[in-house]
Amino acid sequence: MTEEEKQELLQQLQEKQKTGKLTPADRYEIPPQDMPAQDPVKRRSNVNEVATGYTETHARLEAMRCLQCKNQPCIEGCPVRIRIKDFVAAINEGDFKKALAIIKENSLLPAVCGRVCPQEVQCQQTCTVGLKFKDPTKAVSIGRLERFVADLDQNEGDVPSVAPDTGMKVAIIGSGPGGIVAATDTRRAGHDVTIFEAFHKPGGVMVYGIPEFRLPKAIVRHEIESLEKMGVKIVCNFIVGKTRTIEQLMNEDGFDAVFIGVGAGLPIFMGIEGESLVGVYSANEYLTRTNLMKAYSFGKGADTPIACSKKVAVIGGGNVAMDSARMALRLGAEKVYLLYRRTERQMPARIEEIEHAKQEGIEFHTLRSPKRVVGDENSRVIAIECLQYRLGEPDKSGRPRPIPIEGSEFRIDVDTVIVAIGNVANPLIRQTTPSLEFNKWGNIVVDENCKTSMEGVYAGGDIVLGAATIILAMGQGRIAAAAINKYLAQKKKAKTKS
Amino acid sequence: MPHKILSKKKLSQDVFTAEIEAALVAKARKPGQFVIINIDNEYSERIPLTIADADPQKGTIRLIWQRVGKTTAELADMNPGEKLDSVVGPLGKPTHIENFGTVVCVGGGIGNAPLLPIAKTLKKAGNKIISILGARTKELLILEDEFSQISDELIVTTDDGSYGRKALVTEPLKEICQRDKKPDQAFVIGPAIMMKFCCEVTKQFNIPTQVSLNTIMVDGTGMCGGCRIEIDGQPKFVCVDGPEFDGHKVNFDLMIKRLNAYKNQEQKAHELYKKHKCRMGLDK
Repeated sequence: MTEEEKQELLQQLQEKQKTGKLTPADRYEIPPQDMPAQDPVKRRSNVNEVATGYTETHARLEAMRCLQCKNQPCIEGCPVRIRIKDFVAAINEGDFKKALAIIKENSLLPAVCGRVCPQEVQCQQTCTVGLKFKDPTKAVSIGRLERFVADLDQNEGDVPSVAPDTGMKVAIIGSGPGGIVAATDTRRAGHDVTIFEAFHKPGGVMVYGIPEFRLPKAIVRHEIESLEKMGVKIVCNFIVGKTRTIEQLMNEDGFDAVFIGVGAGLPIFMGIEGESLVGVYSANEYLTRTNLMKAYSFGKGADTPIACSKKVAVIGGGNVAMDSARMALRLGAEKVYLLYRRTERQMPARIEEIEHAKQEGIEFHTLRSPKRVVGDENSRVIAIECLQYRLGEPDKSGRPRPIPIEGSEFRIDVDTVIVAIGNVANPLIRQTTPSLEFNKWGNIVVDENCKTSMEGVYAGGDIVLGAATIILAMGQGRIAAAAINKYLAQKKKAKTKS
Repeated sequence: MPHKILSKKKLSQDVFTAEIEAALVAKARKPGQFVIINIDNEYSERIPLTIADADPQKGTIRLIWQRVGKTTAELADMNPGEKLDSVVGPLGKPTHIENFGTVVCVGGGIGNAPLLPIAKTLKKAGNKIISILGARTKELLILEDEFSQISDELIVTTDDGSYGRKALVTEPLKEICQRDKKPDQAFVIGPAIMMKFCCEVTKQFNIPTQVSLNTIMVDGTGMCGGCRIEIDGQPKFVCVDGPEFDGHKVNFDLMIKRLNAYKNQEQKAHELYKKHKCRMGLDK
């Protein structure tokens, strides 16, 4: 359908809607609006955003597909319970400001979440329209609609209002999605808030991990700037546990409460032979070098190098694996293989990322996993030896267990291997905060209010959940902030009494 | 917050030292720890440098570095009053210090810089210190005076015999190990190849040996794993598990190869920088 035809269709439907004659059957008939994207061949050689975003016509057509179900199953699918039905209705009415205001009641970073949330296993999984078509990708594209209204607002820069100073100090450790939300909500309550970030730039995984082509840095910068406008202080190059400990922050530096949102931050390797050869990267290293350190312009304005790869194998099936593979392509690799030991159905990556990766020419090799990495006399990677797998009975995660097929070894010639099989908890805080309780995986133990075993210390995001998503980290940031605000109100009361 | 360079000095042809403002690092740092610096947050690479000394009252740290690539050259061209965008730390585990008895401290080239604060603290803890300092040639020897103040015995070697004894550090190290009363502990810091051969010597005599490794790093907090090495065949991260390790367990051959991972790119960047610098001079 051409853009003109879409516009015409929208007008017809709007008129029918006005008369109250637009039936659910009519709404099912409206074609799902695809996300406009850069041409796959062109985008292989640039780092600009791939998905270019809905136009107003796309958005209003898509919003019209929503049945406005009374039971609102979409909200059940949303980790932060955004009033989805209502914001989609507002888009249908053409009131985009209202739509955004509704989203912002529950989510502070709609421009981010609209882009990176795995909607097909959240709101769009429970959407009636998707269920009707038995395909969450044919559900109402809630994420794309969220992004549409959020992007309209990028240049406006409304700063949330802040309550009068309470005289209480809050330390937020980590400037990722959890930290940003916790900082905003505690600052709104009038506390003196400082964010401590280990890297030289704030934004956490949104800056070092997720590539520009999926989440433009300008969006993250915009969010950070709004924080600063609210009066949140941001201190970079500060590693809590090393530069200062949590105890020092609370006992010597006068912080009344702390939120720990440091992320997972310790890459898992496979534990196979040859994994320390030159040319084997963790996805964290590969993506940090390219995103945060801009290795894509090495020698042309950036000093951080990265391998000049011709043939790359990426191990894993999540978003980080897709990001790494697609980044390798953009850095000039001729062949990029993606190896995953289950099938595509079990891949944790967003469907859209899998589709984009395939369109760009990433070769998917499912039911395959490396057995060892082979190097030359200079310890540089020359190949990986792999095994074929088959699916067995479901394991603890509910996914079928991958079982290696004996004697199925085969070799793929590659010069670079990127291991993207996840992260575990970074031990820095654990090593330096003896009074904090951790579980056996090294994650911080919290109650339903994100409160830890230490008085005044709260935690959320990947350091609590294990490797999760941005929206879950944000949700916990919000819960923790509410608990911190309550705790500090009580603390202030007690102070004034005594 | 930028970090001002308060003073800078050339120690030898390619070795420089500077005193840099970094109040929190100066306060928290212990011997054996390092920082990661970033000259410019927009384009520089992050490089790890050992903290050679610190003044917590003044809020400064002392860095010593060798000009080997673009970033270290750029740092060497900076002057007092100029600022680094980032200094983050202190990183890594501090050195384990106790009264071992007699400790032999072996420093090679630039390795004398990270070795000095360790030797100083070992001396304070009551150890007898035998220091062996090696350099390719007299001009490249650094910190001899500082070591002579804290050493019970000091041996200097140069590869070309231009100063001290004409030998590699392994020669006097072996002799010391052969003494009736052999040392109780060794600390060796220097180029990877020198640490490798020193560890081969001390292993023969069963002398526990700590080495401090300076690998390629990005974040320095365990997040990237770029610094990983093999200890007893197991992967370890230099940034969070080290930088010090039992030298007898380190796979130095692999470490040396990993250190050379970006050699071609680094050389290219250094050449470009030198050329650019020349042109800058001409433009003036």
